Amino acid sequence: MDKHAFIHRLRAICGENIIADEPQLKVYETDGLTAKRRAPWLVVLPSSVKEVQQVVKLCFDAEVPLVARGAGTGLSGGALPHADGVLLILAKLKRILSVDTENRLATVEPGVTNLAISEAVKDRGLYYAPDPSSQVACSIGGNVAENSGGVHCLKYGLTVHNVRRLKIISPTGDLYEVGSHAFDSAGYDLLALLHGSEGMFGIVVEITVALLPIPESVSVVTAGFAAVEDAASAVTDIISAGIIPAGLEMMDKLAIEAAEAYVKAGYPTGAEALLLCELDGIEMELETQLRSLMDILKENGATSIDSATVPEERERLWRGRKAAFPAIGRIAPDYYCMDGTIPRRHLSLVLNRIAALSEEFSLPVANVFHAGDGNLHPLILYDANEADELRRAEEFGARILECCIEAGGTITGEHGVGIEKIDQMCIQFSETELSLFHGVKAAFDEKSILNPGKAVPSLHRCVEFGAQHVHQGKTKFPELDLF
Amino acid sequence: MTGDFTQSLLEQVQEAIGYKSPLVIEGGGSKKFYGYPQPDVLKRLYTSDHQGVIDYSPDELVIHVRAGTPLSEVRKLLADSGQMLAFEPPDFAGNATIGGVIASGLSGARRPFSGALRDFVLGTTVITGSAEVLTFGGQVMKNVAGYDVSRLIAGSLGTLGVILDVSLKVLPLPELEVTLTIPVSRGGFQVLLQSMRQSVPVSAAAHEGDHLRVRLSGSEISVTAAVKELGGEEIDNSYWDQVNNLERFGEIEQLWRISVVPGSDILLEEAALVDWGGSLRWLVQPGFSPRERLKKNGHATLMKYKAASLAPGLDIFQPLVEPVAGIHQRLKKQFDPAGIFNPGRMYRDL
Repeated sequence: MDKHAFIHRLRAICGENIIADEPQLKVYETDGLTAKRRAPWLVVLPSSVKEVQQVVKLCFDAEVPLVARGAGTGLSGGALPHADGVLLILAKLKRILSVDTENRLATVEPGVTNLAISEAVKDRGLYYAPDPSSQVACSIGGNVAENSGGVHCLKYGLTVHNVRRLKIISPTGDLYEVGSHAFDSAGYDLLALLHGSEGMFGIVVEITVALLPIPESVSVVTAGFAAVEDAASAVTDIISAGIIPAGLEMMDKLAIEAAEAYVKAGYPTGAEALLLCELDGIEMELETQLRSLMDILKENGATSIDSATVPEERERLWRGRKAAFPAIGRIAPDYYCMDGTIPRRHLSLVLNRIAALSEEFSLPVANVFHAGDGNLHPLILYDANEADELRRAEEFGARILECCIEAGGTITGEHGVGIEKIDQMCIQFSETELSLFHGVKAAFDEKSILNPGKAVPSLHRCVEFGAQHVHQGKTKFPELDLF
Repeated sequence: MTGDFTQSLLEQVQEAIGYKSPLVIEGGGSKKFYGYPQPDVLKRLYTSDHQGVIDYSPDELVIHVRAGTPLSEVRKLLADSGQMLAFEPPDFAGNATIGGVIASGLSGARRPFSGALRDFVLGTTVITGSAEVLTFGGQVMKNVAGYDVSRLIAGSLGTLGVILDVSLKVLPLPELEVTLTIPVSRGGFQVLLQSMRQSVPVSAAAHEGDHLRVRLSGSEISVTAAVKELGGEEIDNSYWDQVNNLERFGEIEQLWRISVVPGSDILLEEAALVDWGGSLRWLVQPGFSPRERLKKNGHATLMKYKAASLAPGLDIFQPLVEPVAGIHQRLKKQFDPAGIFNPGRMYRDL
């Protein structure tokens, strides 16, 4: 492909919104997973759906790979550029197209940030529920691509539970819709399938999200515990009591201390574990739930309890949790954030394994945990400037993911596979399952123009991975000829 | 005898592939009326022996069951631990299996307030049309590894594979449920509903005749307070089973299911019953084509019909347009290359 001729054709579509100079391209070499870097061949920033459509068509005809990207905050390298491809940045498509108060819907362009939706509908007493911790910056298009979660998933679900309709551009440049403003639509549930498909099926150019009424009443309670097991047992008791908290978070000692040193949320620094529980809903419902919550925390040996109902005080209690990642960033030059999910009953077992691995790799780890839905975020502390530490951190991370699979869980709860966890996909899924994934991809994108090499490993890659990684004493693909 | 019949089901699928002979997948047979009729000459693949609870831990909020397990058994087991399937699936003749529940994808009256069936599907194991046993998703709440095939399977009417087992998220049963009937016109019930939803625990809302039927679910204190505040007359909660099981319409030639945005005026007055807070409209032998009225503002399904009333060429499900229709074709080819599973049940060419 002649680069100059291609740029010329792109200019005819997008004018000056094209980046082709080496030093400028370097700016876009990474997304939120900064350990992986690769400069794109070209960057294009279209400013309308029509322009996106034309760029996609051009790339399809020329067989140029296309990687879509929103704000670039993704943590799994899903928007890592392709060296011979176009990085299609949708950040300029950031209009809120309509808000329908009666039906509680908002239709927005993909570059609108997650938080901007809630801000825009606040005056109508509504909000958009999923709230990934990057919500100030991350775009809703990226949320759809990764099926992003947040701290309120147990009660309100992930992105897939809160989106009603998508407009998509196919790899051939056709614009189509899936889902509807009603509660369902005819045919297969392509709307669900597109969520978390990591930009492999199409380019999302318009999203209709479902809005919820801002709850009448909200309470936040934090409790310190002398042992992680006590906090875990409190979580089990809360759920068993029939309470579905809006948020139920756990932090371990290292995370508590780092957060407290950073934002002074009033967390108990001596505690081995901290639980944060948010209840929301109708005021009368909440009073009953709050009483049983307090009893459960005390019965499980909470060493300290703090609670808040007014917004400023609630914000203080959340501050430590929400600042946990940057707080860890202050105590180590670099950290590597993992994202496994496990059945909650195996929490102590998995945390003990992580502690043992931490010693094996001589790297400290802090644990932040969406306790309600079993989504674990171990943060591995390392120093990229120290020889070998990045490699050790990555290997440590990979071992944590394998441990999650062994516990009956998954390698990613909300960050996506991207490029980061692509090798672990070979462990979680069989060869036939991966083949079917490739088939599903082909049903949308036969020429594999969109985000090639992400989300699902090639069988060849799994063979190579298996060669250096013998799982449970046997190679993963004994049936494949290795030579 | 019941239990793990994976091997037997797999062998029957292999045989069907070998002979290129289609299979009609059948669980409890409670939804035979749904979709295009399946000719009697076609071979049946019975899944109802493949039953049993693989794992259920109430405090994980997850149940993992084999497809042939009766819905009634699952409901009872959950209720014994104070839990429920929050998407409130219909049970029709009372012998629905979990596999059929998932394959049909039908959610009941709680749908607008708690979520759709597919929202609660966490994972599934299926036999594909290549006779492979594949597992997608898992038993955890949050899982974005691999494409979300388990939610794709939900509602695909058995056209993509034989469901062997499924993991579902479950929720606590409310402490108290009360159904009220309140006189209000068809045109005015949504305004009334909007005004109550902020501070009252609504879990179902339908309009029939000139009454709003609203179910309140929550703690004893809040439901009792809401009953006092709203007034109206208390009726039995079994009303919602009748709504979910399509028992409010009597003997009918044709029953159409219209799905629109709740606030829409389309077919609002004509509907015999409006469920889902306004979004789901049931039309009894309308004598006109609902799709012509709908245009692009929703979709219409011929839910139940007497065979004689089915005009040749009438589409039971809303026809698909390109490129979505093509994506359906290609997905079907990937899952079921020989086209043996429930051919023509959902769309004539699928």
